[in-house]
Amino acid sequence: MDDLLVDFLTETNESLAELDVALVRLERTPDDQPTLSLIFRLVHTIKGTCGFLSLPRLERVAHAAENVLGRLRDGDLAATSAIVSAVLAALDRIKEIMAGLAEAGAEPAGADDALIAALDAAAAGRETTASSRDTDLPLAEPPPLAEPLLAEAATPAPREGADAVVAGQTIRVGVDVLEDLMTLVSELVLTRNQLLQLARNEQNSPFTVPLQRLSHITTDLQEGVMKTRMQPIGNAWNKLPRLVRDLGHELGKKIDLVMHGAETELDRQVLELIKDPLTHMVRNSADHGLEGSEERRAAGKPETGRITLNAYHEGGHIIIEIADDGRGLSIERIRAKAQALGLASEVELAAMSEGQIQRFIFHAGFSTAAAVTAVSGRGVGMDVVKTNIERIGGTIDLKSTQGAGTIFTIKIPLTLAIVAALIVEAGGERFAIPQISVVELVRAGLAGEAASDQPVIERINETPVLRLRDRLLPLVNLRELLGLGAAAGVAREFYIVIAQVGSSLIGVIVDRVFDTEEIVVKPVAPILRHITMFSGNTILGDGSVIMILDPNGVARASGSAGNGESRKPLPATAETMTSATRTAMLLFRVGEGTPKAVPLGLIARLEDIPRERIETSSGQAVMQYRGRLMPLIPFAGATLAGESQAVLVFSDGTRFMGLMVDEIVDVMDEVLRIELGTETAGLLGSAVIGGRATDVIDTDYWLRLAYQDWFRAGHDPHPGALAPHLLLVEDSEFFRQLLVPVLVAAGYRVSAVESAAQALRLRAAGTRVDAIISDIVMPDMDGRAFARAIREDGAWRGLPLIAFSGRAEPADIAASRQAGFTEHIAKSERDKLLATLRDQLAPVGVESGVDAASGVAP
Amino acid sequence: MSAAAAMPAAEAAGADEERVFVTLMLADQLCGIPVLAVRDVLAARNITRIPLAPAEIAGSLNLRGRIVTAIDLRRRLGLPPPPEAASRMAVVTEQGGELYALLVDQVSEVLSLAARDFEHNPPTLPMLWASHSAGIYRLPGRLMVVLDVGRILALTAAQ
Repeated sequence: MDDLLVDFLTETNESLAELDVALVRLERTPDDQPTLSLIFRLVHTIKGTCGFLSLPRLERVAHAAENVLGRLRDGDLAATSAIVSAVLAALDRIKEIMAGLAEAGAEPAGADDALIAALDAAAAGRETTASSRDTDLPLAEPPPLAEPLLAEAATPAPREGADAVVAGQTIRVGVDVLEDLMTLVSELVLTRNQLLQLARNEQNSPFTVPLQRLSHITTDLQEGVMKTRMQPIGNAWNKLPRLVRDLGHELGKKIDLVMHGAETELDRQVLELIKDPLTHMVRNSADHGLEGSEERRAAGKPETGRITLNAYHEGGHIIIEIADDGRGLSIERIRAKAQALGLASEVELAAMSEGQIQRFIFHAGFSTAAAVTAVSGRGVGMDVVKTNIERIGGTIDLKSTQGAGTIFTIKIPLTLAIVAALIVEAGGERFAIPQISVVELVRAGLAGEAASDQPVIERINETPVLRLRDRLLPLVNLRELLGLGAAAGVAREFYIVIAQVGSSLIGVIVDRVFDTEEIVVKPVAPILRHITMFSGNTILGDGSVIMILDPNGVARASGSAGNGESRKPLPATAETMTSATRTAMLLFRVGEGTPKAVPLGLIARLEDIPRERIETSSGQAVMQYRGRLMPLIPFAGATLAGESQAVLVFSDGTRFMGLMVDEIVDVMDEVLRIELGTETAGLLGSAVIGGRATDVIDTDYWLRLAYQDWFRAGHDPHPGALAPHLLLVEDSEFFRQLLVPVLVAAGYRVSAVESAAQALRLRAAGTRVDAIISDIVMPDMDGRAFARAIREDGAWRGLPLIAFSGRAEPADIAASRQAGFTEHIAKSERDKLLATLRDQLAPVGVESGVDAASGVAP
Repeated sequence: MSAAAAMPAAEAAGADEERVFVTLMLADQLCGIPVLAVRDVLAARNITRIPLAPAEIAGSLNLRGRIVTAIDLRRRLGLPPPPEAASRMAVVTEQGGELYALLVDQVSEVLSLAARDFEHNPPTLPMLWASHSAGIYRLPGRLMVVLDVGRILALTAAQ
C-alpha cells in the first residue's frame, strides 16, 4: 500500500477517535464553541486529504458532514441529538470506508446517497428543525437510522479487525515518556555493565548464564528504545525544498534540489541539532556554490544548478552529503584570504594540499564570498557549522573541484545518549575517549630506539611529534595537558591514541589503554562546564565515575597551551596590552649564539637558494628574484657556506630584500615580551620564546642596510622611549591581535584598547600618544563620534587620527574626514596604514626622501 | 534551599521555634546544615579527581547511579587540608537538579535547636566564613556555625 495512504489512514483513525469523543461532548453541551470548532476542523481536514488522495466516496461523505458542522458552528443550527446522530452516522460510514481502504488499498464500492441526503437535509433544515420533527424523525432515533444506512455499504468489511490493524500500527507517545525510557535504559545498561564486571571476577559463577541472557536482553531493549527515538532525516529536510525555491527566486538562479535517503533514521536529539547546520549549508550551496544561469551556460553546464542531499548509514554513523554542481571553491581566493588573515604564511600555504587549503573555510571569520548577500555571509559561517557538528561528536569534510562543484560530507553518530568509548589512563586517572574520534592506537618508541617498523616520536625544538607511516602528527601528553604531574622516570614506549579532530589528526599520549566500553554520556555539573576538555562524564562498569574527554577541546587546549609555564599573568592596564598578544615568531639560527627571532608577519617568503645563484653587484650580494635584483644582507655572524643559503625575504610590496641566515628553525606562537636594552646593532632585545632566551632582531636595521629609505620616515633603530606611541582603538580582538604585532614590529609603541570610552579614559589620565588609529564600527561610541570627541578639545586635539575600517567606499572616507579623521584606510590595506603612519609621524621638514635604492635595483 | 532566607522567618515565628540541623565537624569547628537540605550522608570514598577543576572541587562520585560533584568544604572555607589518613564523610545536597557532596571531617548527631539560641554572624568572623555562614547557634559549651548551602554552591558556580 502507498505510504501516503498508510499515513492518511493512521492519522484519520486518530482524528476519528477524537471526533467520536468530541461529538458526544457536543451533544451534552451543544453550545460548546471550542468543541464545535475542533470537530469542524477535524472533519474538514479529512475532507481535504480525501480530495488530495482522490478518494471520492470518503470525500463526499465528509463534505456532507462538514456542511452540517459548518452550519452548527455558525450558529445556524442547534446541535440537537438528531443532528449529532447524523454526523456520527457519517463518521461511522467514514470508518467503514477506511476499513475497506486499509484492507484493499482502495475504496470499497457502495452508495452513500441516503446518508448524504440525510446530512443535507439536516444542514438545510434550519426552519424545519423546530416545527416539524418529521423530517428529522429517521435521524432522531439513531438505531433505526443506522441500520438502513449501514446496509447501503456494499462491503461491510470485518470492521473490528481492520480498525485494529490501522489503529494499532502506531500510537502517539509523548517525547518525555521516551526520554524517561531512554534514561532508564541507560541506567540499566550501566547496571548490566557493573554486573558483568563482577561476574568476570568470579570463576564458575551460577550467575554467568542468566547474566548473559540479561545482557542480551538489555542490548535488545536498548536498541528497541533507541529505535523509538529515531526519526527519518527527511524531517530535517522538509523545509529545504521551499527554502531552495525561495532562494532561487531571490538570487535569480535556477536550482534543483534532489534528496536521497530521506528515510534514513537518526536519533531525534541529533536530528534537532543538525537541522540548523544543514539548512545553513544548503543555503550556502545555493548562494555561493551555484553560479547564475548566465555563468553556467558560459561554462557549458545545464542552466539549472543542482544541490543534492544524500543520507545513509555507515557503521553506527549517519553520513550526510551536501553536494552542488557549482563553481567549486576558489583555491586562489582561499589562499589569499588565509594569508591576509594570518592563518598561514605563503610558505606554509605553498606546502599545503588543495584539500588542506579548502579546509580553511572552516576557520572563524572566513568567508570567500566577495560580497555579503542577504542570503549568506551573515555571520553564521562554516566555522559555526563545524563547531555545531563537532559538538555532537561529528566530523565535517569537504571535497571541491574548481568548476565542477563541492561536496560536504558530515559524519555524525546515530545517537548521543550511549556511545562506545575507549578507556585510557593518564596520571593515575581514567578517562573515556569517544570511539568515533579514535582512529587508531599506536605504541611508539623514541627516535633511535624504536623497532624499524614502529612509529617514532621525534622532537622539533622540544615539541614532540609522531612520525606515523608517512605523516607527522602533533602530539599532546594527556598527563601534562590535564596538569596531572609528570611521569615518574623516562618512558621508552608510549601509548598514543590517534584522534580525529575535524579533518586533522592529533596524537594523545596516555599511560595505559584499557577496553572499550559502552558508556552513557551524562552532562557534567554546571560548575565544571567551563572545562572544555570534557564533554561529559559517566559511570563505568565498576561503579567509578570518569570524565569523558572531548578531543576537540584537547586539540584546542594543546594548540594554545604549548608553553604554559612561560606565560606570565596578563597585565591589567590598557597601556601594556600589547604584551599579552601572541605573535607568530620565526626562529632562526646564526652561528653558535642564541637563537634569533623575527615576527613571521614581516616576512614575505622563506627561501632556500642554491649558493651559485648568489651574485655580487657593486660589492653587494644580490640574487635575481622575481625578475629583479634583490639585495642580500648577511646577518651578522652568518656562516655563508654550504650548498644552499637560507634567506628570509622581506618585501614592502615592490621591493625585496633578503636576509641571509644559517638555518630556519621553527615558527612559534609566543607572547612577544621584548626586554629592550641590548647594545648590539641589529637586535631589538631579547625575549623568551619556546622557553628559551631568544634575540629578537631589529628588522628595521637590516632593511635599512639594503635600502636606506625602506621606512621613509626613518626612526630610531632602537625604538625605546623615543619610539612614536600609537593608540589603537579597535573592538575586535582579532584585529587587535593582527595589528598590534605589525605595529610593534614596525617600531612603534602601541597601546590597544577595545572601546572609544577606554581611549578617552587614557586621555583623561594624561597618556601621551603620537597618533591614533581607530576602527569606525564599534559598539556604544563609534569611531566618528570618537574622532569628533578628540577634535573638540583635550591634549589629543591635534594628533594624526587614522580611521582603519572594514569599509572604504568614497562615502565612508568622506564621512571620516568630516568627523575629523586625518586619513581613512581599509583594513585590508595594512601596508598603506604603515605608510600613512610613516608620513604622519615624519619629523617636520623631512619629506619622503629620494629613492636611494634606485642605484641597486635595475 | 537557602538557609539565609529561612532564618529570619524562624526568628519571627518565636523564640521557641525549633529547627533541625545535621551537625558536622570541620577542623574542630562544629557546623550545621538544615536537615531539609540534606539528601544523603555517606562515606567519602572513590572520589574521582577532576583535572583542571577549581581547587574547591574534590572530584565526582557515584551515588546509586547518579554522578555527584564533591566539594571540599575545608578548602572552600580556607581551612588546612585534613591529616593524610583521615577518612572523611560527605553530606549530599541538591541544587538545580544537580547533586553536590560536601566533604566534611565527621558527621555527628542531628540536633533540634531553638530560635532563641540563634545569633547573627559576629562582624569579626573571617570573610570566607562570614560569606558561607547563615548565623551561629549557642549550644551548651560550644558554638555551631550554620552553613549556607545555597551560598556555598552558588559561589562555586560563579567561578
